[in-house]
Amino acid sequence: MSDKSMHIHVHHVTRVEGHGNIDVVVDNDVIKKIEWQVPEAPRFFEAMVVGRDYMDLAPITSRICGICSIGHTFASLKATEAAMGITLSEQDTRLREILLHGETLQSHVLHAGYLAVPDYFRVNSVVPLVGTHKEAVLLIIKLHRLANELCDIIGGRTTHPIRTTVGGWTMLPTEKELVTLKKRYEEAVEDLKAVAGVVLSVAGKIPNFTRETEYISLTSPSEYAFYDGMIKSSDVKAPIPVSNYRTVVNEYVNPQSTAKWTKFNRESYAASALARYNNNYAQLSPLSKTVASMFGLGAAACHNPYMNTVAQVVESVYAVERTIANIDWILDKGLKYVKPDIKVKAGKGASAVEVPRGILFHEYEYDKNGKCLMANCVIPTNQNHGNIQKDFEKLVPEFKHVGKEELQFMLEMLVRAYDPCISCSTH
Amino acid sequence: MKPQVAFFDFACCEGCQLQIANLEEDIVGLVNVVDVVEFREVLTGTAEKYDVSFIEGSITRPEDEERLKDIRKRSKLLVAYGSCATSGGVNKLKNLNPSLENVQKTVYGKDWNMPHLRTAATKAVDEVVKVDAYIPGCPVNRKEVVEVVKSLVLGHVPALPEYPVCVECKFRENVCLFQKGQVCLGLVTRAGCNAICPSNNSPCEGCRGVMPNPNKNAMHEVLKENNLTVKQIFDMFTMFSADPEVKG
Repeated sequence: MSDKSMHIHVHHVTRVEGHGNIDVVVDNDVIKKIEWQVPEAPRFFEAMVVGRDYMDLAPITSRICGICSIGHTFASLKATEAAMGITLSEQDTRLREILLHGETLQSHVLHAGYLAVPDYFRVNSVVPLVGTHKEAVLLIIKLHRLANELCDIIGGRTTHPIRTTVGGWTMLPTEKELVTLKKRYEEAVEDLKAVAGVVLSVAGKIPNFTRETEYISLTSPSEYAFYDGMIKSSDVKAPIPVSNYRTVVNEYVNPQSTAKWTKFNRESYAASALARYNNNYAQLSPLSKTVASMFGLGAAACHNPYMNTVAQVVESVYAVERTIANIDWILDKGLKYVKPDIKVKAGKGASAVEVPRGILFHEYEYDKNGKCLMANCVIPTNQNHGNIQKDFEKLVPEFKHVGKEELQFMLEMLVRAYDPCISCSTH
Repeated sequence: MKPQVAFFDFACCEGCQLQIANLEEDIVGLVNVVDVVEFREVLTGTAEKYDVSFIEGSITRPEDEERLKDIRKRSKLLVAYGSCATSGGVNKLKNLNPSLENVQKTVYGKDWNMPHLRTAATKAVDEVVKVDAYIPGCPVNRKEVVEVVKSLVLGHVPALPEYPVCVECKFRENVCLFQKGQVCLGLVTRAGCNAICPSNNSPCEGCRGVMPNPNKNAMHEVLKENNLTVKQIFDMFTMFSADPEVKG
């Protein structure tokens, strides 16, 4: 093979959740093939839950994803609550937001610290960094532990939460636990700044590649939307109601992938921390904006997909600050346990939640006894697969001159930047 | 030389592998006693042979059966890791549907028959290859994982608790959920989770599978006392494909 020809085949990309392959063929400088493939085994969740009782839907669909099980739990509970017209108190909603942001922090730290950053140092995992950058690794572990401990305290377990239920909670934390958590979160702000500094010190390794795409996320007039809101596309002026989500996602089957792909106003769109950042920058907290500016990010939309990892660092700061504010609100009012009030009825409901990798939709239909008749789940990574493919198609011609090894590295690094949850996307 | 350990995943959520990352600082202790040579979710690299392979996920396609058999051939010991591997987990809900074709059509509609979307009935790992040790749970209990690794490193077959979740729940002095009008599978589910669900005021869902020789009569008695039918608990037992023997 001349140096103008190359075959890149990465079977099961490492340091991502699930199974994805990269296949690129260049023959005498002519590109013959560029494919992002998803061979993940489908589990058929939408068929599994048909016929199940409404109380089983969240515990079952939580198992779609081990990393964003809390996000799936809330998308599921909210869809069931929308179908049956169940509402929650502000306290219980804020507690859900606290738990959701426990996952935001846990997942973002896991991705930025353990999975993505080793690329910037050109090492195969976080393990060699224990030797060379021990202090930074210990800080990352400390933040990861803190986020997980919050999930333990609020949700009853770090992965697949237990206390979350239709209409509210099975059990609440104590005020004392919240006070302690708040104190530890306040201390964590400095740790996060230090981690941002470490990422900044190697940010020069982030490839200079841009491709403008459509960015889709939730949006809300009152806050940087995570738990609730309407659908916002960077290509459309007016926000779209969540109940119309099918007009946005337009899922279709692609022969390259067991996960469905999506498209709205272009051939593909992005759902990610970067999509949220681009759509809702104005609502970030002052400190998270300061961290963004350290990396040269501001109010203008960023079109470099590799910067998603940086957007995750920015959002980690936001998640910590928002959690402190939510704990303050709850402690100020005084914590009260109210048993969920549920009247089972027939209905159909859709929900959306921003989870670490982007916007997540669940939709269910129930009969009068609360038996599930239909379910549909649209996962952030299944919305991102088409966009990864389109990024590949722009990146390969632009960078094929760097040679096979370097190009392969850039493609793998790009996939990792999306923090894909591939088994989740196929579900 | 330290034992060479590898992690592999099949159809699952990878939440049990995440529990390794969730060991936090204890990971340092773990890598002091074992050499993790292959673990796609967190590191780049492969190896030819393994002293211990941890298999996460259930088996749903012929090509996955072949991949698993190949891993078995290259492994001295093989551990079924997490409920999807030990029992089939939630993935076996698919098998309850009498028509696989209907399952495929429900999810993929008109495209259901495309070759890359094919699927088969879900199997637990031991329905395909010999399994040397089991770590049940959805997700696995991190303390139990550390105990099993310690046993394997010392050359012992790890022992799982042979009593029900109820025992652990009593030790934690929880009010019995049946007395609060809830249905709980802790009566017959294998312990080892420290009754985590009932302790959070939520019924045991049986994710660790049915304990050996469960006291079926006591279960029937409790159900009768609480005016419950076997049908009502049937759905709960199926969530994690617990042993169907106790359904009746």
